[in-house]
Amino acid sequence: MQQNQAARVLATLFFIGLLVCVVVLNKRSVTRQGGSVVANSAEEAGGSQYPVPAAPDAMERYGFKLTEVSKTAGVEFTHQPPKLDAKLSHIIDRVADMGAAVAIADFDRDGWPDFYVTNSAEGGKNHLYHNNHDGTFTDVAEQMGVAAVNSAESGVSMGAVWGDYDDDGYEDLLVYKWGKCQLFHNENGKGFKEAVNSGVPQWMNANAGIWLDYDNDGKLDLLLGGYFDEKLDLWKLPSGNIMPDSIEYATNGTRLYLLKGRGDGTFEDVTVQVGLDKHKAWTLAAVAVDMTGDTFPDIFLANDYGKAELWHNVEGKRFENVSVPSGVGDRPKSGMNAAVGDIFNDGKFSIYVSNITEDHYLLQGNNMWVPSAAAKPGELMFENQANGLGVENGGWSFGAQFGDLNNDGFQDIYLVNGYLSGTKESYWYDYATFAGGNQSIIRDAAKWIPIKGRSLSGYQPKRVWLNDGAGRFTEVAQAVGASDRFDGRAVALADLWNRGSLDILASNQRGPLLVYKNEVRPENHWISFELEGVKSNRSAIGAITTVYWNGQKQSQFVSGGVGFCAQNDRRLHFGLGKSVTVEKVEIRWPSGIIQTITSPATDKLHRIRETSASG
Amino acid sequence: MTPAMTSAPATETRSAAVKKPFAIDKRYLAPLLITAILLAAQVNFGVLEDYRKTLLAIGVSIVMEIILGYIFNRKIPHLASAYVSGISCGILVRSPEWWPYALAAMLSVTSKYVIRVQGRHLWNPSNFAIACLLLLAPQTVASLSIQWGNYIWPMLIVWTLGAIIVSQFGRLHICAMYVACFVAFAFLRSLGNGHPFFAEVSPITGPMYQLFIFFMITDPKTTTHSRWAQMLVAFLIAATESALRYWAPAPIAVHAPYYALTIMGPTSNFIEIWMNSRAKKATSETASLRSTTEELSPKTA
Repeated sequence: MQQNQAARVLATLFFIGLLVCVVVLNKRSVTRQGGSVVANSAEEAGGSQYPVPAAPDAMERYGFKLTEVSKTAGVEFTHQPPKLDAKLSHIIDRVADMGAAVAIADFDRDGWPDFYVTNSAEGGKNHLYHNNHDGTFTDVAEQMGVAAVNSAESGVSMGAVWGDYDDDGYEDLLVYKWGKCQLFHNENGKGFKEAVNSGVPQWMNANAGIWLDYDNDGKLDLLLGGYFDEKLDLWKLPSGNIMPDSIEYATNGTRLYLLKGRGDGTFEDVTVQVGLDKHKAWTLAAVAVDMTGDTFPDIFLANDYGKAELWHNVEGKRFENVSVPSGVGDRPKSGMNAAVGDIFNDGKFSIYVSNITEDHYLLQGNNMWVPSAAAKPGELMFENQANGLGVENGGWSFGAQFGDLNNDGFQDIYLVNGYLSGTKESYWYDYATFAGGNQSIIRDAAKWIPIKGRSLSGYQPKRVWLNDGAGRFTEVAQAVGASDRFDGRAVALADLWNRGSLDILASNQRGPLLVYKNEVRPENHWISFELEGVKSNRSAIGAITTVYWNGQKQSQFVSGGVGFCAQNDRRLHFGLGKSVTVEKVEIRWPSGIIQTITSPATDKLHRIRETSASG
Repeated sequence: MTPAMTSAPATETRSAAVKKPFAIDKRYLAPLLITAILLAAQVNFGVLEDYRKTLLAIGVSIVMEIILGYIFNRKIPHLASAYVSGISCGILVRSPEWWPYALAAMLSVTSKYVIRVQGRHLWNPSNFAIACLLLLAPQTVASLSIQWGNYIWPMLIVWTLGAIIVSQFGRLHICAMYVACFVAFAFLRSLGNGHPFFAEVSPITGPMYQLFIFFMITDPKTTTHSRWAQMLVAFLIAATESALRYWAPAPIAVHAPYYALTIMGPTSNFIEIWMNSRAKKATSETASLRSTTEELSPKTA
């Protein structure tokens, strides 16, 4: 009897210990992922959504600091959402929740990056900011003919990407919309002319668009992914039955378009021919890069309300769905971003996908798909290491990009987040209440609970994860000055002022475009490359550059759109840490040509033209 | 959903097995059913966070049961209950970390041995463990919600199998009562907050709720014994859940069913134990009085 009582006392103490463990381990987990991102109101977020200056010791501790300079740079742009059909008015903030996009390119070839930002209000103007070379920008969209593209009749912008589809040396512009996609030909940097009968979809609810050369024929192709069913005109809805029929297994999304470029501004729909017609999803992000070493770009798709997809490019002839065997399609989340980076300096690309994490409600966690060590050469196999690397909790994450922000030689991550910043009241409970219900309820907008201006993961602190190169990322956003609380959507990186550091453009839904100027510790060195294809497409989209220095190597690729509705500058920027020399640089062009440059000068931009043969 | 249906009296099942040589021991019904549902869901939807985490929860649960069972009773108990506790935690806990699965299983089994009144444990073990984690670790732990799709056929499977199993134990009335009350309260909430009725009734149309209805609120060991009391408790759980949904802060409200069962389950059990104890006392007093009277009677006679 006494023995039993002693056992009971011990068991009770053990039981209490377990409860204490729950609290302690929870705290430890939160700290390891960079702290909580929850903020319920503007007041809780510090009173203003605008950023505050970096900590005084940011430069010393982290090697860089960010200063938001949009006003002094002359960039005054605020994104506005569309109104759409009145049947959606009670949840319009939930439906019209995207469209703030940004794409960077030097459209007039003056050697300085310019950028295009999209608006989504009916009648709202998109802006094209021309770099004035003096730290300021001027909006030239109207005079260039790419401002007035948003209307209820033709649809509203969701994103844009630059690519020189006719190899004339000037970057052309595709604006993809909920509505009619518009392709603009760049007239020698002096204006844009809409391409007619180009073959781009006359109507689709697109949320992802990238340039790629899927068959390496030297002519740029287009990949477009849709969100709402393409048959829907969101201004003239027959009913409210337009929402996803499942929050994680939706089947009522829309198709992909793979449009093969002919090099003359016209495109042929080859989606069925290459086997991409089996896709039907709510796609929010796409990225194309060769991950098997066969020079043909493979395609990764981040899908909302569903599983991610990975399509292996089989010699530019067809695509094979390897989502499940590769591991990336293991289970559904709310995929919103697809960024690609070499995070271990081993020449292998990892894929970063953003999802939703909200305390109490939904803990999807972001995914970092790292190439599996067990994969055979040429085999696509990944493992999600986001938790171990400390980059899992980004809140309601949207756009993210890899880039070496402090030039220490490792790829860091800049992530924007925050879904809907409204009143102090949260919509989360109501959302969670019906989200698990039967499809007949959730796909009908009429059955959704009105939002009434409430917040849904609003006012979230951004994430800047510094890569230590040894398998850990440290969250430093607030300390380095990335402290805005807007509802972030797209983020794009470029050395905007040709200073040898990556600056950041962050677009926000119903908010301002932020320009973060990056000041980097001068002891860290860098090198960057602007590639021009000859046999390959002139934009060099798909080219992979590997820099070898100080016993390590890092690969980057030229993208035709990456992240969420974003495009980084085509120039590739490598931080080198304290090294002042580079052993060699190897460029794998889409044509298959491998070009090697020995001992290039550092702290310098190199303009490289594709050679006619490897060497 | 824990030792749900794992607690049919051993003598009863043994005699049943004698009568029907191929009849299955009822203690295995719930484990088999939940395993079947889980496998089907995993194959079709990839429902699990990570199957290794579920295995961890099951393993820890079984090891804890063996250890505690041996310490307290000097014998290894039947492990069906521990298996169901583990698999329940493995399905219902959602976390990117590993530790919540292990701790949920440990809390679940330990609570059975620690929190007891008159030899009976009050809480449905896995419900208790999940409620603790949701309350104490909301940044790291959520519960299963939308990971089984939003389609009708998974529910039909759970309904069918659930109804067959639950009726074997004579507890289908608890499910029916709860569903009827939930719908009625959803209607009242929609009148009160102006939300569409379908939005309020939506949760019960999802597969996660079917697990709650069939396998948590019907757990024989932690439900009251009389039929009317079981129906009353089902009503009270639905009422408490609705009250939490309507008035509680959102982070509590979103896990209302778990908390409602955590509150009402032990309360009803405690009341029943108290009432039984009073009745027993009264019976024993009456018997004692009668015996005294009988003893005195010859003398007085």
